[in-house]
Amino acid sequence: MTRIRFQQSLDELKEQLLVMAGLAEQAIQRATEAYRVHDLSICDLVSRSELAINRLEREIDQAALDLLAMEQPMAIDLRFILSVIKINADLERVGDAAKAISERVRSMEQMAAVELPVDIPRMAALASEMVRKSLQSFIEGDADLARTVLTMDDAVDAMNRAAYKALTRVMEEQSHLAPQALNALMISRALERVADHATNIAEDVIFWVQGDDVRHRKSLKTAPDPHTMG
Amino acid sequence: MGVGIEVTNLNAWYGTNHTLQEINLDIPANHATALIGPSGCGKSTFVRCINRMHETNPIARVTGTILIGGLDIYADAKPVEIRRRVGMVFQRPNPFPTMSIYDNVAAGLKLNGYSNRHVLDEVVEKSLRNSALWDEVKDDLKKKSGASLSGGQQQRLCIARALAVDPEVLLMDEPASALDPVSTSKIEDLIFQLKSQYTIVIVTHNMQQAARVAEKTGFFLNGRMVEFDSTHKIFTNPSDKRTEDYITGRFG
Repeated sequence: MTRIRFQQSLDELKEQLLVMAGLAEQAIQRATEAYRVHDLSICDLVSRSELAINRLEREIDQAALDLLAMEQPMAIDLRFILSVIKINADLERVGDAAKAISERVRSMEQMAAVELPVDIPRMAALASEMVRKSLQSFIEGDADLARTVLTMDDAVDAMNRAAYKALTRVMEEQSHLAPQALNALMISRALERVADHATNIAEDVIFWVQGDDVRHRKSLKTAPDPHTMG
Repeated sequence: MGVGIEVTNLNAWYGTNHTLQEINLDIPANHATALIGPSGCGKSTFVRCINRMHETNPIARVTGTILIGGLDIYADAKPVEIRRRVGMVFQRPNPFPTMSIYDNVAAGLKLNGYSNRHVLDEVVEKSLRNSALWDEVKDDLKKKSGASLSGGQQQRLCIARALAVDPEVLLMDEPASALDPVSTSKIEDLIFQLKSQYTIVIVTHNMQQAARVAEKTGFFLNGRMVEFDSTHKIFTNPSDKRTEDYITGRFG
């Protein structure tokens, strides 16, 4: 093994991203927990963690930029650093989504509690599982696990579409519930975005490990695309 | 214009040392092809086989076929003819130190029997222009010696000297490794321009240089060619683990 210092730097970059991932994953869990148990103190935690996530985002980008400039990485190292930069951006957006959800929860807490035809906890559980699996695939460098995340996105999209349909009907038919329905709709939309970020992370892991760019591919992403393989 | 180089079952020896083993590859015409690999891997021996310089060593031997533009260079041509068609530029600039800039460029032509002053003037200017040196030396062509130029200028003078005999292939064995970054950039720009007219094969230890200048890259290891593919593929997602280990600096 040579380039010991470079390898250490890559390991440190991965560690930093995992800290970021932990914060983002925790933020989304807390935000949906706040929705479930109607606890505004949890919303405060989400807001605070968003600041930490933003700071880490800058630090990780700087560390990645330094490695690109100083080490001229190639092949799998280059793909790894590129993936870290992109995953970093996705995790920051997950943090944003968590904050958006917590703000909707705050707003809803000032309104009368009502039953709405949307299962936010179930949707949140699925989106969180996608985030968790995508990050697990990153930790283990496991492209097969990452591919399983890609297959889960359709379910969250379908849940978001169903929520849109049901909640717009509530707004049409029970206009006095429109504020609550609108907040729920925005939470559903935020969770759908979280699932999209998890999908992006999984795609980046596949690119890092296999050099296969599976983005925007219609068929199930199992076989490498010969056109992207050079 | 450049021509393609087809290498089939090439083997080379120095005495009992089997330095190249079963090399097969097609080097495309009018492209730059980079050869990379650790020291002693056989890449320099390989380019020396392409212009039949390898056999100048009495203990050296070559088997296999190399076709340059369809011509079997070991079966159907004399070494001197091949070396006219295949120019070579070395790691350290080696201008003839006592000759003027002009005579350095004209030397190959004169050796080939050209003496018409008008023709020589034309070729010297064209070659110096093609090597991006003309503007820097045009007023001192016969006043200054080749050795009086800077290292980067000397290397471009050597390229002009190689171009003067109108080759089809230009072999470059680490042409910028002894040069500063500005001179290196000039050589790389030159390679980019020259490949429209010549087939260029460049041996380099500088990965970034290979990535910058070449469309194709071959990785040599222990006398064998491990992988030959588009430069993009080699440097972003090589097929062979040994290639990846080398270009990521894990060994070599």
